[in-house]
Amino acid sequence: MSTTRKLTMAQAISEAIAQEMTRDPNVFVMGEDIGAYGGIFGATGGLLDKFGPDRIMDTPISETAFIGTATGAAAAGLRPIVELMFVDFFGVCMDQIYNHLAKNTYMAGGNIKLPVVLTTAIGGGYNDAAQHSQCLYATFAHMPGLKVVVPSNAYDAKGLMIQAIRDDNPVMFMYHKGIMGLPWMAYFEGSSNEVPEAAYTIPFGQAKVVREGQDATIVTISQMVQKALLAADELAREGINAEVIDLRTLVPLDRATVLKSVAKTGRLLIADEDYLGFGLTGEISAIVAENLDTVVLKAPIKRLALPNVPIPYSRPLEQFVIPQVKGIVEAVQKLMQARMAEGITA
Amino acid sequence: MQASPEILLWMYETMVEIRNYEETMANVYLEGKLPPQIQKGLAFDIGSGPVPGEMHLAAGQEPVAVGVCAHLKKEDTVVGTHRPHHFAIAKGVPLDKMTAEMFGKVTGLGKGKGGHMHLFDPEHKFSCSGIIGASLPPACGAGLAAKKMGEDWVAIAFFGEGAANQGSFHESLNLAALWRLPVIFVCEDNKWAISVPKSNATSIEWVADRASAYGMPGIKVANNDALEVYEAVAPAIERARLGEGPSLIEVKTDRYLGHFQGDPEVYRPKDEVSNLRKNDPIPKLAALLKSRGLMTDAEEGVIVARAKQRVADAFAFARQSAYPAAQDALNDVFA
Repeated sequence: MSTTRKLTMAQAISEAIAQEMTRDPNVFVMGEDIGAYGGIFGATGGLLDKFGPDRIMDTPISETAFIGTATGAAAAGLRPIVELMFVDFFGVCMDQIYNHLAKNTYMAGGNIKLPVVLTTAIGGGYNDAAQHSQCLYATFAHMPGLKVVVPSNAYDAKGLMIQAIRDDNPVMFMYHKGIMGLPWMAYFEGSSNEVPEAAYTIPFGQAKVVREGQDATIVTISQMVQKALLAADELAREGINAEVIDLRTLVPLDRATVLKSVAKTGRLLIADEDYLGFGLTGEISAIVAENLDTVVLKAPIKRLALPNVPIPYSRPLEQFVIPQVKGIVEAVQKLMQARMAEGITA
Repeated sequence: MQASPEILLWMYETMVEIRNYEETMANVYLEGKLPPQIQKGLAFDIGSGPVPGEMHLAAGQEPVAVGVCAHLKKEDTVVGTHRPHHFAIAKGVPLDKMTAEMFGKVTGLGKGKGGHMHLFDPEHKFSCSGIIGASLPPACGAGLAAKKMGEDWVAIAFFGEGAANQGSFHESLNLAALWRLPVIFVCEDNKWAISVPKSNATSIEWVADRASAYGMPGIKVANNDALEVYEAVAPAIERARLGEGPSLIEVKTDRYLGHFQGDPEVYRPKDEVSNLRKNDPIPKLAALLKSRGLMTDAEEGVIVARAKQRVADAFAFARQSAYPAAQDALNDVFA
């Protein structure tokens, strides 16, 4: 028997960690301000009281040391969860992530397992400027050897976190600040939803069709899922039925669900808060382009992402570069009017 | 080195200006961020109001900024931290452009692109960063440039005690000592790295003790006192200007406000700040000035009023300035 309550994403994540820590004594957490503070974004709220400082370990500001420590502890048989406070801080510790955590299993010929969950906060929209607002999930998805999980709501976050902790590989678990349900930052309320109390898992590599439609497909992830759903509501009022796909994980990536939807609608918008260049929008576009023998497009693919500039501080500038609900609506409207060149489409 | 009356008065007036700036900002920052103007259910909204985003204020830490910067000339470089206002003000960064930057206005230092953690003023050779430990390497670069150019300019890297556990601290100290760079590394020990006390994050009591491991002098300033900082820093500045290499200085200072504005400070003992404020360095310096006959009560009133007026003018300038056009976001990626 399990009861269901409405939780914020932060609450769902900390509940998932607590349940796995209770189940498996090898699971522990390290990071900056994850103890008494409960994590700057609440992902470890209440855990210090439940498990004590031996398993909920505040660290010095030494990301290279403690993320490398997680890799070493995992190789020795433990299952660390380690928090990088903002993903933007990756710069001070990327060697341990990119060259070691991601590659050691491969370089050892599969002879070592590194069950590390690296949690980190992503996203802008609250004017914190270029060093505290990035998403960067594509940067991590680019490097073979890291699984990349980017939930859009509390229910998914809990199931994906439990799955991540039980996975024998490094998992980047990237939560957007603007859907955590924090009491000090505006958030999209669709991200707080019904979450069963009992533990459950959501397999990686299974995108979710969060809204069905037949006119156009919006492929997206993280907070942008919530924006896309609001945009789809607006579009529905003018008779355009958009299908919204929440990828949920970038690595592994559920190509089949994307292709199936685009084959149905014939129109594709990829909406992303990461940078436009060399990222998620290009990857999804390429997958569709490679399958044009089975997928028939009615209009050229559209991409909406951060133009290739650092994230500016000033509100009008930031609102301009980060795709908003209105931008998604307009992009789908344009998609509905666009046509393929003569002789290319069926 | 004895501080001259002019230096003492400058330090006092600058500390008053910094404190008033930070207290003014603490109030302005709350505009538009509290119920009922924000999303229902929130206690506070960090992204609302005329000055959105994180805000790290340095009330209580003024002695570090003025005690060091009192030795500097315009050509000397200062690299600050995510909590940068006191350093910027003490280095002479124009208050109006700095404030306009925090309001996201086109008249700001970075035309609104940088914000409060990313203040760049090449004219006054000031910059800062939101990344912990990021001040030390560029200060080495400024020192290297001065050396190569044959100038006696120095570079200051300010950083917190938490940053002393970053790799960049250790790498920079070694490099600066190896190359005898004119850099002064100044550690502000305000005892807290957000919620983590120094005792839980650093294996020794004094970061300055690490200086000997890199072959440079380590200087300890035990009190949050402008004059003590001024006197302790003097030999390090002289050493750097003479081409004898870097020094590491640690100052025990006090953070009166939260890590950021809106910080619930659940981790901090309730009476800590009120106890710290009993040793406020500003009235302490005022008392010293008066005891030496350098400032009367009337002169104090004039100085305080003058400093407050500068702050008020800067905020008025920022409020009256225009926002940049949205499309300007696409400019300035490359020079």
